[in-house]
Amino acid sequence: MIAYILRRILYAIPILIGVNVLTFVLFFVVNSPDDMARMHLGMKRVTPEAIQGWKAERGYDKPLLLNDSREGLEALTDTIFFQKSVKLFQFDFGISDSDRDIGYDISQRMWPSLAIAVPVLLVGLLVNITYALLIAFFRATYIDIWSVVLCVVMMSISGLFYIIGGQYLVSKLLHLVPISGYDTGVSAIKFLVLPVIIGVIGGIGSGTRWYRTLFLEEINRDYVRTARAKGLSEAVVLFRHVLKNAMIPILTGVVVVLPLLFMGSLITESFFGIPGLGSYTIDAINRQDFAIVRAMVFLGSVLYILGLLLTDISYTLVDPRVRLS
Amino acid sequence: MTGGLVILWTDGLIFLLLLFTVVFGVYASRREHLRGPWRLVVRSRVGVSTLVVLAFYVIVGLLDSIHFHPLAPSQEAGVESVRSGEVISLFDHLVTPLRERHEKTYSAPLATHLYAKETIELADGSVLRDYPRLQFGGAHLEDPHGDWAGDVLKLGLIGLSKGLLVTLVVGNILLALLAGRWRMGFGDAARAVLWGRTIVPWRVALVTLGVLLILVMVSIELSTGYHLLGTDKVGEDVFYQALKSIRTGLLIGTLTTLVMLPAAILLGIMAGYFRGWVDDLIQYTYTTLNSIPGVLLIAAAILMLQIYMSNHADDFNSLVERADLRLLFLCIILGVTSWTGLCRLLRGEAMKLREVDYVQAAEAFGVGHFQIILRHILPNVLHIVLITVVLDFSGLVLAEAVLSYVNIGVDPTMNSWGNMINSARLEMAREPVVWWSLLASMLFMFTLVLSANLFSDVVRDAFDPRLRNSR
Repeated sequence: MIAYILRRILYAIPILIGVNVLTFVLFFVVNSPDDMARMHLGMKRVTPEAIQGWKAERGYDKPLLLNDSREGLEALTDTIFFQKSVKLFQFDFGISDSDRDIGYDISQRMWPSLAIAVPVLLVGLLVNITYALLIAFFRATYIDIWSVVLCVVMMSISGLFYIIGGQYLVSKLLHLVPISGYDTGVSAIKFLVLPVIIGVIGGIGSGTRWYRTLFLEEINRDYVRTARAKGLSEAVVLFRHVLKNAMIPILTGVVVVLPLLFMGSLITESFFGIPGLGSYTIDAINRQDFAIVRAMVFLGSVLYILGLLLTDISYTLVDPRVRLS
Repeated sequence: MTGGLVILWTDGLIFLLLLFTVVFGVYASRREHLRGPWRLVVRSRVGVSTLVVLAFYVIVGLLDSIHFHPLAPSQEAGVESVRSGEVISLFDHLVTPLRERHEKTYSAPLATHLYAKETIELADGSVLRDYPRLQFGGAHLEDPHGDWAGDVLKLGLIGLSKGLLVTLVVGNILLALLAGRWRMGFGDAARAVLWGRTIVPWRVALVTLGVLLILVMVSIELSTGYHLLGTDKVGEDVFYQALKSIRTGLLIGTLTTLVMLPAAILLGIMAGYFRGWVDDLIQYTYTTLNSIPGVLLIAAAILMLQIYMSNHADDFNSLVERADLRLLFLCIILGVTSWTGLCRLLRGEAMKLREVDYVQAAEAFGVGHFQIILRHILPNVLHIVLITVVLDFSGLVLAEAVLSYVNIGVDPTMNSWGNMINSARLEMAREPVVWWSLLASMLFMFTLVLSANLFSDVVRDAFDPRLRNSR
């Protein structure tokens, strides 16, 4: 088991290097550091000294890939690519354009993101699975047909509409909770209720439909027929047999997204003014702050790969038939 | 009226795609294994009615994809009119009144007065603070407060009857054609269709078409005198914007797939067929791309494009061209983030097919790899490609709205549902609420996405034999 995990971690390294090369090409080769400096300092009347200063401050004043002025190995290491990459791998994200430590910001903004993402995931799972089981219980009746229609309709509504509609109805007309904002501690709850509810509602359509397919697939299996033949009631068959077996794909589907919960939801956070990583990223995109976007790309990739690893491990834990080799 | 034809990049590609679809249609109609599923699609009631709705959207989108320089009306008689610098589409030309009738600022749907109070100077020199009359909306009414309801009702009824008339004409032509094809009398054919006894549910198709035509006719009638869905902040007709956004939505949904298909098919099949280091390399490529969060990759790429465009502003002739290139680039980058799923599916399928007897036999006969892939593997994975293309469409249309909200979607000057929602969002805080922009974009987007979702379900059920048997 440990050998397997180690090997998987080693396998992740070339992928991270690939991600790094790709983002480097995107951020530094398509537009040179000079372009970026000019962009940030304003287009017109930029002195070469100002550009040099801006670049030196951020460590962009070296050659991109190969430094001809150095000897031997230093020709490769004393470049923007090498310096920036090594720092990323050490999770040292440097400073943003507004002169803040990115690593510190991320560690602070992670918590509001989690405060929304975790309840959305858990409540969403509970609601979707319950609803899907209900549909599976009444399969091939009008309840089933109309539930599927409802799911497709809910899937076809843009997530933006749920948010805008929810904010308008609950906050503006009914004045139940504040429209947006955030607070620390227990008082944060009144800010979190609406985003969580909207997040859950927005996910019902696709989630329930997906779980329904999983349950129906299991219901057609032989062991279910055996269980029924033994004279077990439909409820026992569904809850004890079908649910347990369908949990394998459900669980692994959940585990994949677990690490990415840290990244937060871009849209929800910025609509509700929650200072999480999602709104952090959006602000960075709007301010064209490359250091932050680059850090978030790297972080996202690491978390995704971690998710894949966790999925494989969780397979062996819930399904004894799968052996890691 | 038409001046010089302008072919934008996306225009060219959309017609190329249309050509592909036609060629594929001809190809599929000659092969039973592809024709059979399509037959199932058109025999399903949901399939037929969504097809009619989608066809409506496609027609508007295609009309909006033929661009040209309009001739500017010449001031003096006898002088030949000159081409103007602006670029408009055939669709713009058809709905010229909608395009050109600008108000000052917001006005509610079908309103006769502006949304905000203004200081009006009366004829006798006195000043009054009131809602001014609109320049175009309800301008023909003598007494807007008294006549308004009657006039709207009258126009609506005219539209309704025109719609019914057109439906009757189209329906009769269709029935006559069907009667000719089935070699039976017109009456028998009409009875079979209206009683719903045909294999292809023509009745459903006719009803859907009728509803659409009536809606179109009513909209046209009401648009002659009013702004059907109100006007936006700068006084542009919201109905016109929503219609123009159809092209953007369709382009994002289809061009993205067109861009990613060659790479996904080629690499997926190669990985599954050759295995070994080819497989490793391709798997590595898509795992790497996949592990970058999609939104961030798109954001990074669009940011870079913006910088490139602002540094090379001279390379673009017009705003339209610039917006168009940005749209194309967005499709490409969306394609880059979304091809991995299909690639993985095709790899698995190619691996399975590689072991099938006829492929082994072909190999034993010394048929080249290229020939085997082309003749035996590709035709057998086409249904997967098709299902993916149709399934991805609605997701991409929805994604456009979200991306535009984050400012990394289509160009802000381009009409798109995302941009409409984005600008309408801020107006929800006004009192009274400006809801029409939001509602219009949501309505148009919802109809398209819902039809696409329902249609893709039908297509998937028809093409996936495993699902078909389990029902």
